[in-house]
Amino acid sequence: MTLASNGISIERWTRSSRLALGGVALALALFAIAPLTLGAGAIDRMTALFIYVILAAMWNALAGFGGLVSVGQQVFFGLGAYFTIRLADTGLNPFLALFAAAIITGAISLPLSFFMLRLKGGEFAIGMWVISALTHMLVNLDRLIQGETGTSLISLNVYDINTRRVVIYWLALASMAALLGILFALLRSRAGAAIQAIRDNEDAATSLGVRVVATKRLLFVLAAFGIAIAGALWLATATTFQPKTYFSVQWTAYMIFMVLIGGIGKFEGAILGAVLFFVIETFFGAMGVWYLIGLGATAVLFSLFLPQGLWGEIERRFDLRLLPVGYRVKLPGPPKIQWNQ
Amino acid sequence: MIDTLIQGILLGGYYAVIACGLSFMFSVMRIINLAHGSLAVAAAYGLWLLASTFGISPFAGLLIVLPVMAVAGWMLQRYLLERSARGGALLPILTTFGLAIVLDNLMFEQFGADTRSLAPFIGSLSYDSWELPGGIYVGKLAVMTMASAIALLGGLQFFLSRFALGRAIRATAEDPDTAGLVGIDARKANALAAAIAMVTVGIAGAFLGMRATFDPYSGGPQLLFAFEAAVIGGAGSLWGTLIGGIVLGLAQSLGAQVHPQGFLIGGHAVFLAMLFARLFLTGVPFLGRTGFSRTGLPKIRAALRSTP
Repeated sequence: MTLASNGISIERWTRSSRLALGGVALALALFAIAPLTLGAGAIDRMTALFIYVILAAMWNALAGFGGLVSVGQQVFFGLGAYFTIRLADTGLNPFLALFAAAIITGAISLPLSFFMLRLKGGEFAIGMWVISALTHMLVNLDRLIQGETGTSLISLNVYDINTRRVVIYWLALASMAALLGILFALLRSRAGAAIQAIRDNEDAATSLGVRVVATKRLLFVLAAFGIAIAGALWLATATTFQPKTYFSVQWTAYMIFMVLIGGIGKFEGAILGAVLFFVIETFFGAMGVWYLIGLGATAVLFSLFLPQGLWGEIERRFDLRLLPVGYRVKLPGPPKIQWNQ
Repeated sequence: MIDTLIQGILLGGYYAVIACGLSFMFSVMRIINLAHGSLAVAAAYGLWLLASTFGISPFAGLLIVLPVMAVAGWMLQRYLLERSARGGALLPILTTFGLAIVLDNLMFEQFGADTRSLAPFIGSLSYDSWELPGGIYVGKLAVMTMASAIALLGGLQFFLSRFALGRAIRATAEDPDTAGLVGIDARKANALAAAIAMVTVGIAGAFLGMRATFDPYSGGPQLLFAFEAAVIGGAGSLWGTLIGGIVLGLAQSLGAQVHPQGFLIGGHAVFLAMLFARLFLTGVPFLGRTGFSRTGLPKIRAALRSTP
């Protein structure tokens, strides 16, 4: 806490946020040793949760902080899985292939960004969807994939099923922690100040000399890379690759749902949204089509009545910041009246 | 080859019909409605339901479905878009995307995964054709779609330039605050524009059902086609939409000749190529500023000045 002379203080870390960071570290440590006690089904579900957190955090980075709403992020999810298959087919270790695939996808997103970032608002949103639809068609042309029939990550079969499950769990946990860490560090860095300025008002940020496009490009590539890791991990748990499943707009629908209910543009919001989505899916996922109708309707209601999401509401009501990425000005309290007796 | 070209051009008629509502709504309200395709599919299901349960021909069915669509458009604007647009430019994208998910899955719940078509209810129209010199056949339905596209675009243009309500919509598109100063109710003008857009969506749904099959999840691809045609057509005028539709139809028809999957790849590739070319040649994005009012801008100013 920096104290200015006039009693106004600038705060970043607060007591509650120090506690929260400690809590995060503790939770990660507990998650890391959890496979020792969890059953096979629970390990798979937790892996799914970590992947959801990655998806939500990455979509939030792009939309919430970069102001770029995309409904085509499934393209990176699909490409992450596709390149894993491709690389594993050349004989690369499947676990290494997961990350190599994400790096390739991230690299592809860079030239793509020069093109797509010139689109605005809804044009960018649907433009990304077109990119995804086209990429899906092109992946179908690959003989290895056999069109919509798909293929499997067979090279995983050399590992024992239980070892494999736990390794994927740890990889998902580590990826989630690393990506959240990168995003957190990024948002608190100098670039983070630029990012939040863009989130709050793009025109004003430009006028202050913020390099808007370069900053957005950074987020675009990070989101592509992170979502590709999520896609590759999903492939590792499911082992089968059907282009239709991976390039489905449903993935983006999930991302939007998680971020909308959690709180768009809030670092903690995306995580909260992913956890809620995971809980909702666990209890209502079996309801099939009504579950999807419910997700869509909830997203519409949140966008209309609670656009800041649940975390935005919590912040407002309780003045709580757990993982602060910005600075806050704290005004001194009301002056105390001195009675001169 | 000539045959492919003619089929491609006629297919463009359908794309022009489905794109004009999307483009119109964007130019007036600056909103891209992501539920656009799903609403067209909903209209197609409405017609199918009327035809299969009451034996009402899809053409007569339009007399029921189009007013319903108009009311739906009015309500969409009043209860969803107006509210979400207040939360910034990005929120309506999320709202309409959520709406699309609700609509798609409700239709799936109601009608199941079977593909449907309106073709069985329009007699021989779905396969009748005229023979042109040189042994080329053109489908009557395709020609009718193209004629409807031209009539629809022309009618819309006429309405926007000749009627007070049309001018009110254009003035709102240009500058809602100034329009408000001269006594135009921007809320009403926007709701009316949404109602008109949904009527065109209803017509698009009818042609979608008659020329092909549809299922509950057909909305997504239709949205993409509408968006592509609108963007290729660019700003300018309503007629740009027709050109955009034709370019898209041609690209798909030619693509289909090259490869079985070439239909979709051709369309998407031409769309991206057009985007690329326009971005780097002119630096202007595409749906443009107020596409529908640019040509009539002096007229709007005149209209605003003459309004007491």
